[in-house]
Amino acid sequence: MGSPPINGEIVAHRRKWGEDIIHVGLFCCAAVSILTTVGIVGVLVVEAAQFFREVSIVDFLTDTRWSPLLKPQHFGILPLMCGTFLVTVGAAIVALPIGLGAAIYLSEYASPTVREIVKPILEVLAGIPSVVFGYLAVVSISPIIRDWFPSANVFNAASASIVVGFMILPMVVSLSEDVLRSVPRSLREAAYALGATKLDVTVKVIVPAALSGIVASFLLALSRAIGETMAVTLAAGASPKLTLNPLESIQTMTAYIVQISQGDIPAGTIEYRTIFAVGLALFVVTMSLNVLAQWFVSRMQEKYE
Amino acid sequence: MTITKSTQYSRRRSRLSRLFAWVCLACTVLCVCVLFVLLGSILRHGAPWLTATFLTSYPSRFPEQAGILPALVSSLWLIALTALFSVPIGVGTALYLEEYAAASTWRRLVQLNIANLAGVPSIVYGILGLGLFVRTLALHRSILAGALTLSLVVLPIVILAAQEALRAVPGSIRQASYALGATRWQTVWFQVLPASLPGIMTGVILAISRALGEAAPLVAIGAATFITFIPNNPGDEFSALPVQIYDWAARPQAEFHDVAAAGIIVLLTVLILMNASAVYLRYRYGKRIRW
Repeated sequence: MGSPPINGEIVAHRRKWGEDIIHVGLFCCAAVSILTTVGIVGVLVVEAAQFFREVSIVDFLTDTRWSPLLKPQHFGILPLMCGTFLVTVGAAIVALPIGLGAAIYLSEYASPTVREIVKPILEVLAGIPSVVFGYLAVVSISPIIRDWFPSANVFNAASASIVVGFMILPMVVSLSEDVLRSVPRSLREAAYALGATKLDVTVKVIVPAALSGIVASFLLALSRAIGETMAVTLAAGASPKLTLNPLESIQTMTAYIVQISQGDIPAGTIEYRTIFAVGLALFVVTMSLNVLAQWFVSRMQEKYE
Repeated sequence: MTITKSTQYSRRRSRLSRLFAWVCLACTVLCVCVLFVLLGSILRHGAPWLTATFLTSYPSRFPEQAGILPALVSSLWLIALTALFSVPIGVGTALYLEEYAAASTWRRLVQLNIANLAGVPSIVYGILGLGLFVRTLALHRSILAGALTLSLVVLPIVILAAQEALRAVPGSIRQASYALGATRWQTVWFQVLPASLPGIMTGVILAISRALGEAAPLVAIGAATFITFIPNNPGDEFSALPVQIYDWAARPQAEFHDVAAAGIIVLLTVLILMNASAVYLRYRYGKRIRW
C-alpha cells in the first residue's frame, strides 16, 4: 500500500492513457461521417425552409412551369423532375438489359481467362470521369442522333440517356455478376440433373434465385443515373420542359443546380435558394432508392445465409 | 414418331440455349467496345492539339492559344489536399469500426450511414460545401474549400476499401500479438496496419482518382473556368482539369471541342499514372505477406 508504485505499473498506467486517447481519436474520425450526413440534411433543410416560406410546397410540387430567372417567376419542379425521369428511363433502357446480359455471360459462360480480361476493362470504364462522357455525347452521339432524326435538337435527352447508360453499365454488370455468382452451386447442379439446358438453368433457376440482388443493383444504378451531373448538363441542354420526347432539349435537377452555381446570382435571393430546394428533392429521391436497394440486398442475404 | 418429336424439341432447346449464350456474349463485347470507341474518338480529336504550348499556357478566348496549366496545377493541389484530409479520417474510421467498436446499435448506425453517403450524388456534396465551407466557414472559393468538399465525397470510398483490407487480415495475427502482451493499438499499428497496407493503398488511389475526375461539386462551390495565374497556396482561387474540360466542351465552337479532347487526354494520363502506381504498390508490398 504505502510502497511507491513500481516501474512496470507506471508504464502500464501510461499505456492505458495512450490507448484511451487513441480510442477517442478514432471515434471522432467515425463521427465525421455522421456529421457529414447531419451537415447535408441541415444545409438542405435550413435553406429550403427559407425557400418554402416564399413559395408554397403545393406550388413547388404541382406547378408545371419552372422559370425562376424569368418574369413571371414559376417554381414548379415537375419539368425538372420530368427531365431527370426521361434521362434515367433512357439510361435504364440502354444499361439494364445489356448489363444483365453481360453479367450472365461473365458469371455463367465465360472462362476464367475471359473474366480476367473483361473485369479490369469494366473497372477502367467505371473510372472514367463523367465530364468525359459528356464530351462524347456532345461530339459523337448527338450528331448521329441528328442524322437519324433531323428534328432532334442539338442538345437532347436521348444523347444524354445513352451516355448515362454507358456510365452506369459497369456498375450494373459488376453488382449483378456478384449476386449471380453467389447463388449456391447446388441449385445449378440440381437443375442440370433434371435435364435442363444451360438456358433453362440460367433463366428459370439462377436469375429468379438472384432476383432481389439484381433488383438492388438496378436500383443503385438508377440512383446513380438520377444524380449524374456533368454529362447531363453538357448533353441535355438547359430548357426545363414537361415533355416525354427524348429528341427535345430538357433540363434535369442536377443540370439546373450547375446552371445556377455558375451564374452570378447573389446569395440570399429566392433564385439562389432554389438550388437548395432542388437539391433537397434530389437527395430525397436518391436516398429512397438507395434505402430500397439495401432492403432488397438484405432480403437476398437472408435467403442464402 | 414421338421419339423424333422429342429429338426435335431437344434440338430446338439446345439451339435456343446456344443463341442465348451468343446474345450474352454480344452484350459483353458491347461493354468492352464502348471503352475503346470512347478512347479512340478522344485520341483522334485531341492528339493534334496536345502540344507543349497547350500544356504550358493559360486559358484563352482563342482555341489555338488555350492551355491547361492552371487547371493542371489546381487539380494537383486539390488531390494532394484531399488525400491529406480523407486518408487519416477514412482509415481512422475503418479502424474504429473493424478493430475498436463493439457490435452495437451505434456501430450499425455508422456503417449504414457510410453506405448511404456512398450513394449520395456528388452535386449534393457540392451544395453542402457551398453552404458549409464557402459561406459558413468563409473559406470562399478557395482550393481549401474545394479539397474539403472533395474529401467528403471520397471519404466513404476510403472507409469501405480500408474496412475490406482490415477484414482480410486473419484473426490469428491479432491473437498472437495480444498473447505476446501487446496492447490493442500496438497490435493495430505494428501488425494489422502493415499487413493491410496494400489493400488500403489501392482503395486510397481509387478514391483519389475519383476526386481527380469530379467536376460537379467543384462547379457547385464556384470553381473558376478562366484563371490566368498559377494557384500557389490553399487560399487561392482555383480551376480543375474536369471543370476546364467541361467549360471547353460546353462552348459552341468545334475547335474548343478538340481542345477539350486534348484536356481529356491529359486528365486520363494522370489517372492512368495513378492507377499504374497502385498496381505497382500492390505488387511491391503485396509480395512480403505470406500466410
